[in-house]
Amino acid sequence: MNKTLLAGAAALLAATALTPAQADDIKQGGSMIVTYKDDVSTLDPAIGYDWQNWSMIKSLFDGLMDYEPGTTNLMNDLAEDYTISDDGKVFTFKLREGVKFHNGRELTAEDVKYSLDRVTNPETQSPGAGFFGSIKGFDAVAAGDADSLEGVTVVDPYTVKIELSRPDATFLHVMAINFSSIVPKEAVEEWGADFGKHPVGSGAFSLEEWTLGQRLVFKRNEDYWRAGVPKLDEITFEVGQEPIVALLRLQRGEADIPGDGIPPAKFLEVTKDPQYKDLIIEGGQLHTGYVTMNVKMPPFDKPEVRKAVNMAINKDRVVRIINGRAVPANQPLPPTMPGYDNNYEGYAYDPEAAKALLAEAGLGDGFETELYVYNTDPNPRIAQAIQADLAAIGIKAEIKALAQANVIAAGGEPDQAPMIWSGGMAWIADFPDPSNFYGPILGCAGAVKGGWNWSWYCNEELDALATAADSMTDPAQKAEREEAWRKIFIAVMDDAAWAPVFHEQRFTMRSERLGGPDAIFVDPVHIPVNYDYVWAKDVQ
Amino acid sequence: MGGYVLRRVLQSLLILLGITFLTFILLYLIPADPARQIAGRSATAQTVENIREQLGLNLPFYQQYFRYLTGLLQGDLGRSYLQKTEVGELIRSRLPATLLLMAGAIICELAIGLTMGIVAALRRNTATDTSLMVLSFVGVSSPQFVIGILLLYVFSVQLGWFPIGGYGTFRHMVLPSLTLGLLGAGWYSRMMRSSMIDVLRQDFIRTARAKGLKRWQVLFGHAMPNALLPVIAMIGIDIGLFMSGIVVVESVFGWPGIGQLAWQAIQRVDIPIIMGVTLVSAFAIVLGNFLADLIVPLIDPRIKLR
Repeated sequence: MNKTLLAGAAALLAATALTPAQADDIKQGGSMIVTYKDDVSTLDPAIGYDWQNWSMIKSLFDGLMDYEPGTTNLMNDLAEDYTISDDGKVFTFKLREGVKFHNGRELTAEDVKYSLDRVTNPETQSPGAGFFGSIKGFDAVAAGDADSLEGVTVVDPYTVKIELSRPDATFLHVMAINFSSIVPKEAVEEWGADFGKHPVGSGAFSLEEWTLGQRLVFKRNEDYWRAGVPKLDEITFEVGQEPIVALLRLQRGEADIPGDGIPPAKFLEVTKDPQYKDLIIEGGQLHTGYVTMNVKMPPFDKPEVRKAVNMAINKDRVVRIINGRAVPANQPLPPTMPGYDNNYEGYAYDPEAAKALLAEAGLGDGFETELYVYNTDPNPRIAQAIQADLAAIGIKAEIKALAQANVIAAGGEPDQAPMIWSGGMAWIADFPDPSNFYGPILGCAGAVKGGWNWSWYCNEELDALATAADSMTDPAQKAEREEAWRKIFIAVMDDAAWAPVFHEQRFTMRSERLGGPDAIFVDPVHIPVNYDYVWAKDVQ
Repeated sequence: MGGYVLRRVLQSLLILLGITFLTFILLYLIPADPARQIAGRSATAQTVENIREQLGLNLPFYQQYFRYLTGLLQGDLGRSYLQKTEVGELIRSRLPATLLLMAGAIICELAIGLTMGIVAALRRNTATDTSLMVLSFVGVSSPQFVIGILLLYVFSVQLGWFPIGGYGTFRHMVLPSLTLGLLGAGWYSRMMRSSMIDVLRQDFIRTARAKGLKRWQVLFGHAMPNALLPVIAMIGIDIGLFMSGIVVVESVFGWPGIGQLAWQAIQRVDIPIIMGVTLVSAFAIVLGNFLADLIVPLIDPRIKLR
């Protein structure tokens, strides 16, 4: 899916997160204008899956769980409380009482059940249906044999019990992703396939106006259950504005946040201007950019060759090419993700050692191959740098710059793309948990036609370890589980299935009128901005 | 006349049918799998398969094409894969903006082109003439995204006379109309100049002068109406020019028309939208040519339709 970016972020941002004591001092009121290049695709939480509508949906809808603003720490949302059974297979959620949908009706446990049934129903065509695979009865619903998830039971109007078919340590994260947002049945049935254009949720904002191709207006939900939230009365999203134009408008005071970020062409100019120093915000992302090497296509079936590629790439230079908007990577996980190994050194840049490895593999004279890349800037430039690095050790890689969908399609075939630079399509976590960085992109489940494991790396031993790690549902096992994941990803690097290149940083800008902790403007979960907590200085 | 119109209508319909076929086959050949696009990266193989079945993407090509045509005849352009909305509704909601922009562009190109052409014709072979024609040449050959960005930079960013892109007021309209119209203005000025020179040489102009009419009376009463004929016939054909121009101009200026819609859809390989906009533009071009052919004999009785 295009620009399917779900990000994440810096644990160190947690320190600067909004605390309720601060939040209470902020007066509500005011408005802001956010600009975007593309029209918003849909605001249906079961369908929306791109970085543009992700945070909008979070503002319109609530789920059982959420994250503390600006952090990756789970917190209760509609769930006032929850309990987990000893075997880790039964989650019982107690709902907040008196929460109302935008249409005025009270939200109850029936709505939770309805929403989960709906998102898993194949007719909904939800791209997130797969996240609910651990709920008991999922397979029957997914196959169309049942309308309702067997594992989800309404105990009383404010209690819902969810039974899993296997222990799933990521289940609370699953309850926090947009796909688990609670929707009112009557509104979904009224609008049918157009619910995404007429969303009704229980979130901090409600949709007031949507003029296709021009603007969306969000209005504050006066009845929102969380006291003092949201801060703003109104948000206007103006769409169809190129990032450069958005930046100019911000500089002239006509807009407040360029939703697509600071355009690369203007990056150095803006970041070096002392006038904007305080308005630019940098944040981490749960993102890794990598080169995949198809282990099914010789000579990449030889680990020596894959290691040689790892050593040949000058990552610092690649980072310089994108004006330092990233940090070099040595392993699949991004630094802010639990399970990241701070002590791992990876394959250092060493062309001589790389050449020696190639010779060891019997390819001392080098070989010819192809490097697939998404054809938008800066990816072709990055691919050229990698191409030059590979040429230095004797690998002649021809660059195939294609449209995004075509690169993804090539990666999903077992014998088409020997190497792919993942830029512009790279994996960004759906939720801040290491398991999300394994299964689809490095596990056997993803090494299928049309899958995202473009290295076609399938190590059944590691798959078993991954399953074991995700069965550790007891919060007390948190450290043990992280350690298990750390070992898995280092084992992946021992086999050199990827050449990790860098982890992107996110840069955004806000107008002088807006207040709020920096962390919410580069929120790791409410991508790109946590709209609920932004406040206007002119009403203080 | 009636027979001619009927023949042209049939011809036009055939052309449109051919265009649907060509567009469909081209987009069908793109290796992007719509079912996977809809399903997203986290979907299971089963989800992808379900979606493929629901959309009929598992059917053979000719059946898919037939389904599309059947829908088309009922006015159904399909549903966008990524925008999750009826393509018809997306185009309908954006069409007024595009038509407004085209109207603005026609006014700009006529006002600028005709004025330049007439002045150049009257000052034939002088420095004025040469510089005007060089200018029109620049207008014809400059890429629209360059003109658009230049105008935006000078008049909006530096001088602040106009808003930086957007839609809604007259001030928003000026720069995009100008950008879109400049290309045509170049053509019109050259055409108007040669047409005017042609007419000014005619006997009836000499007669008019001889019977004592003032210079401006000759110019506006006799020469211009005749010189305009071949130019007016061009407006219909202009629509084709505009249809290619709006994609660029609307994107540069953030103008919420179908050109911008097409550009966004192309970037994201949203096939139903690309199909829909292509068909609507093709329809507009065919219609424009058709109308141009019909109008010519009305304004110039020397041309007869057969």
